Amino acid sequence: MRNVNITIDGMKLNVPGDYTILQAAKEANIYIPTLCFLKDINEIGCCRMCLVDTGAKALQAACVTPVVEGMNINTHTPKVVEARKVNLELILSNHVARCQTCYRSWTSCELQTLANKLGVDQERFSGEAKKYDIDVGISIVRDNNKCILCRRCVSVCHNRQTVGVIEAIGRGFDTHIGSPFEKSLWETPCVNCGQCINVCPVGALRECVDTDRVWAALNDPTKHVVVQTAPAVRAAIGESFGIEMGTPVTGKMVSALRMIGFDRVFDTNTGADLTIMEEATELIDRFRSGGKLPMITSCSPGWIKFCEHNFPEFLPNLSSCKSPHMMFGAIIKSYYAKKMDINPEDIVVVSVMPCTAKKFEIKRPEMHVKGLRDVDVVITTRELANMINDIGIDFVNLPDDNFDDPFGEASGAGVIFGATGGVMEAALRTAADILSGASTDAIEYEEVRGFEGVKMAEYKVGDVVLKAAVAHGLANARKLLAKVKAGEVDLQFIEIMACPHGCINGGGQPIQGSSVRNWGEVSALRAKALYREDKKSYYRKSHNNPAIKRLYKDFLGMAGGTMAHQLLHTHYKEREKYPENK
Amino acid sequence: MADCNRKIDNVEQLNEIRERMKEKLKPRFEEGAAIHILLCGVAGCLSTGSLKIYEEMDRLIKESGKEKDIQLVSTGCMGLCAQGPLMVVYPDRVMYTHVKPEDVEEIWNSHILGGKPVERLFATESDGRKVAHALDEHSFYTKQLKIALKNCGVINPLSIEEFIGVDGYKALATVIKEMDPEEVVDLIKASNLRGRGGAGFPTGTKWAFAASQLERKKFVCCNADEGDPGAFMDRSVLEGDPHSVLEAMAIAGYAIGSDQGYIYVRAEYPVAVKTLNEAIKQAREYGLLGKKILGTDFSFDVEVRLGAGAFVCGEETALMTSIEGNRGEPKPRPPFPAVKGLFGQPTILNNVETYATIPRIINMGVAWFNSIGTEGSKGTKVFAVGGKIRHTGLVEVPMGTTLQDIVFGMCGGIPKDKAFKAAQTGGPSGGCIPAIHLDTPIDYENLIALGSMMGSGGLIVMDEDTCMVDLAGFFLHFTVDESCGKCTPCRIGTKRMYEILSKITDGKGEVEDVDRLNVLARNIKNSALCGLGQTAPNPIISTLRYFEDEYMAHILEKTCPAGVCKSITKFFIDKETCKHCGICKKHCPVAAISGDRKTDFVIDQEACIKCGECFKRCPFNSVLHH
Repeated sequence: MRNVNITIDGMKLNVPGDYTILQAAKEANIYIPTLCFLKDINEIGCCRMCLVDTGAKALQAACVTPVVEGMNINTHTPKVVEARKVNLELILSNHVARCQTCYRSWTSCELQTLANKLGVDQERFSGEAKKYDIDVGISIVRDNNKCILCRRCVSVCHNRQTVGVIEAIGRGFDTHIGSPFEKSLWETPCVNCGQCINVCPVGALRECVDTDRVWAALNDPTKHVVVQTAPAVRAAIGESFGIEMGTPVTGKMVSALRMIGFDRVFDTNTGADLTIMEEATELIDRFRSGGKLPMITSCSPGWIKFCEHNFPEFLPNLSSCKSPHMMFGAIIKSYYAKKMDINPEDIVVVSVMPCTAKKFEIKRPEMHVKGLRDVDVVITTRELANMINDIGIDFVNLPDDNFDDPFGEASGAGVIFGATGGVMEAALRTAADILSGASTDAIEYEEVRGFEGVKMAEYKVGDVVLKAAVAHGLANARKLLAKVKAGEVDLQFIEIMACPHGCINGGGQPIQGSSVRNWGEVSALRAKALYREDKKSYYRKSHNNPAIKRLYKDFLGMAGGTMAHQLLHTHYKEREKYPENK
Repeated sequence: MADCNRKIDNVEQLNEIRERMKEKLKPRFEEGAAIHILLCGVAGCLSTGSLKIYEEMDRLIKESGKEKDIQLVSTGCMGLCAQGPLMVVYPDRVMYTHVKPEDVEEIWNSHILGGKPVERLFATESDGRKVAHALDEHSFYTKQLKIALKNCGVINPLSIEEFIGVDGYKALATVIKEMDPEEVVDLIKASNLRGRGGAGFPTGTKWAFAASQLERKKFVCCNADEGDPGAFMDRSVLEGDPHSVLEAMAIAGYAIGSDQGYIYVRAEYPVAVKTLNEAIKQAREYGLLGKKILGTDFSFDVEVRLGAGAFVCGEETALMTSIEGNRGEPKPRPPFPAVKGLFGQPTILNNVETYATIPRIINMGVAWFNSIGTEGSKGTKVFAVGGKIRHTGLVEVPMGTTLQDIVFGMCGGIPKDKAFKAAQTGGPSGGCIPAIHLDTPIDYENLIALGSMMGSGGLIVMDEDTCMVDLAGFFLHFTVDESCGKCTPCRIGTKRMYEILSKITDGKGEVEDVDRLNVLARNIKNSALCGLGQTAPNPIISTLRYFEDEYMAHILEKTCPAGVCKSITKFFIDKETCKHCGICKKHCPVAAISGDRKTDFVIDQEACIKCGECFKRCPFNSVLHH
């Protein structure tokens, strides 16, 4: 793209021709306030905060207006400043500002920050404020009283996820975000991915909070409360305490969990290693016995529900493996309970997940063994951070601690599950060894790393050529599956994660607002933390994890065997999008 | 198949039809042996019973066995809607007004058979005179110059052959046979035609942008989502002369390199939709839409898309979003539709009246068109005149005609000879023009300078009994309702303005409220995303500009000078002038007035609902309000 010459506030600038005014101003070190704008997600210019004067009849939104040769932009004339302030006052006049009790207040509320930054200190335009019922779902809570109609949630749900269960309804002042037929979110084909929560600039969206149930279990002396943490949690929870983004804080997190009072602190990575054993075995089995291919991973409950609603024809392609924390929960309530001689009914398994869909997953009727739920409570990374704050733990200065035995440290293969391509890479590490019958040198499969929407690679593993693809974000998944369906691609193994960039950007992760997301790469930093942990690991292949070896030897028998199937595998069902008489 | 037989393969065949039809239509334009009875079959006339009249006349013609000599034609709008149903008998050119089914027999016997026109049904002038040849004598018609409405009320809109007989599709033939696309664009540019839909953007410039795009797929769209309250000129064109629009769209397609057109028409116009669909069907049968038109390599087709009634879908980007099947909301511009419009492809959008003007420009020449109008605004403009006005209806006048001419010269002024207070142009996006500016020549620039705008041409006349604060609230409420809700200033700002206005008309206003209105108006204008939002405050801005004293009366004195705002208006009877006639008492719907020949007439303020009936009815002006 050719560069263009523009003037911003009297400064002459030469910038790429595909820049927006907002980008150009950033280059000139000029701050233009934004609210609805979220890079790559929501670029619609609706909040009218980033207005600038380009000499046109009306003020222009800097976030969507491209620069053109000779453009003369003024970013803070009295006209501009007044318009921004008035628009912000108007937004505030229809926003239930219960800041004292809002979970986003003083941490990540972009509206509050903006009001503060623009010096909005009066309420000139108070008037009727709309009142809405709060929509409490299984994973997600929507509070339209706080909604400022920036439409980020709508954009991410439609464009990134192609789920499209929320949209603006009504006109004018009656406009609100809702689901088709004004249904509750849980009555829709929502996949509970929680991406809407992550992009919301205010407190209008959040997860269903389950920390009270955790505290109740912890305070019940008859209960043995076990916690497990997903790989992506350690890569992000530090952000909640001001630790630099991309810093893995595994040790501090384990310390904090112990201080909270969990009886045992386990690493879901062990579950991930277990998943790899089962999944790699299943893949090889399908391969050899002419089973349904391509096999598609089943770790992401958002993806599973998406598949059940939108691609029922691919249900036989889904790996029958439960997701890692569900597998691990089942093992805790069987193998571990037996080993420790605890009545499994007295064990409460709490999973700390970067994910809101897992809250739905544990409630699926098939996710139990002998009437016992595999996992009892799922809390998100954010909820854990809140628990840590609740009891006044100085997280930043905690010493490091290690996960508990008998599972101890998991493999590096388990930890990279948190980034897109990680499950594929971990599976390849194990499959390569199984198929070649020896320990291969290949560990890092670079082709499946990174954030390209759909990644494809071909590997010669042992005597077979394995054609693999990785998709993250459901729009990419939809694209890939359409190709598979049309016969345009020939694949044997597909990894799909519901969330763009994988679990590191899951719907339960600490919220990074637009001031960070518009100018930095949050996911890249978090992924780096995971790959760093992997590199540091003693064992980097799941099947080398001694705890896993022991587990199969002492308890499960063969991977893919009868016992394994009973505990670690599941099944799926086609779901209608809007079943009647709900 | 019959359909195949009708296909016109070349210009010669088109010319043949034209000559044949010219002969047939002669009675309507010159002389002729045959009698043509034209009856308006749309809009107001349709709703006041023209269908029944048609059936009655049709029966009489059939019974008489004179079908060959007497032709009955249902036409589009004839303009003088206030006196409809309208009927014109050609070649006598006698216009009948307020025709009722029971009048038909008299017209038939006296006029058609007996040659003696029925005087009592002649059109009424503003001074009460009856005129036989209204089209040639009535002031409503004599000052008009019809370009866009040329065929409305003269031809059968459902007959493509009648259209061809009045030079229809001649311009298209000229263009695709004799001109390069660039020449067409240049011609439209040279005509100085400006968009009739609102902002008055030069049509030729718009076409040139789209023509210069290299994409292979381009679209030609027609905005028929007429939404201004009181405006119905686009509807009249679609109902009365649909082929003009199709012809112009095909010309536009040729000029910019497009083979596909869409007409976005509101579903609330069922007659227009039906007429359009029929016209498209006929044009396809005749090969004037479709592949290889008139034997050339040019192909063009048109489809109709229905709007669901959202006002904002008249905004170009919202209209295209709606055609794409999405919630009709505007998008920021740039990119402009001429670069990236419908389905992401270069698209031009013009409104119905603009299109209807184009074939005439091509047939009559650029010089002719440029000789009409003012320096910056060429040609004519159709106004839908309504409100407190004698001759409600559609008028087409040269740009530069004064408001005085339209309101008083053509439309007969205000009923009951009340005083003119203001006129609203541009619908809810426009502003009011007070009496002091009655003499301003109306064109795009002058209206903007007065704080109003052309809009689509709605013209609503207000008399002395109109409260301007209430009026501003009326228009603002429309925009509040019709805001799409996408951008902050329009969604919340207009609502807040309306709340403040309601406070003022309720007698609870404070002086600061005027400041608040000004701040909001200024900022909504400056910062809304689309034209609808940016112009939403105009009714307040212009009433504040010309009638601030009325606002202040509501705020400071808690009175409504026009006696309209109920919360602060009290009606009472002046004992001095009351003649005890009892008319007020008789008409009071809630029996709030007491009194008789001997005792004073008094209004019970508790019971009074402030409908103003007593005030309007009192023959002695003894009912007063404050």
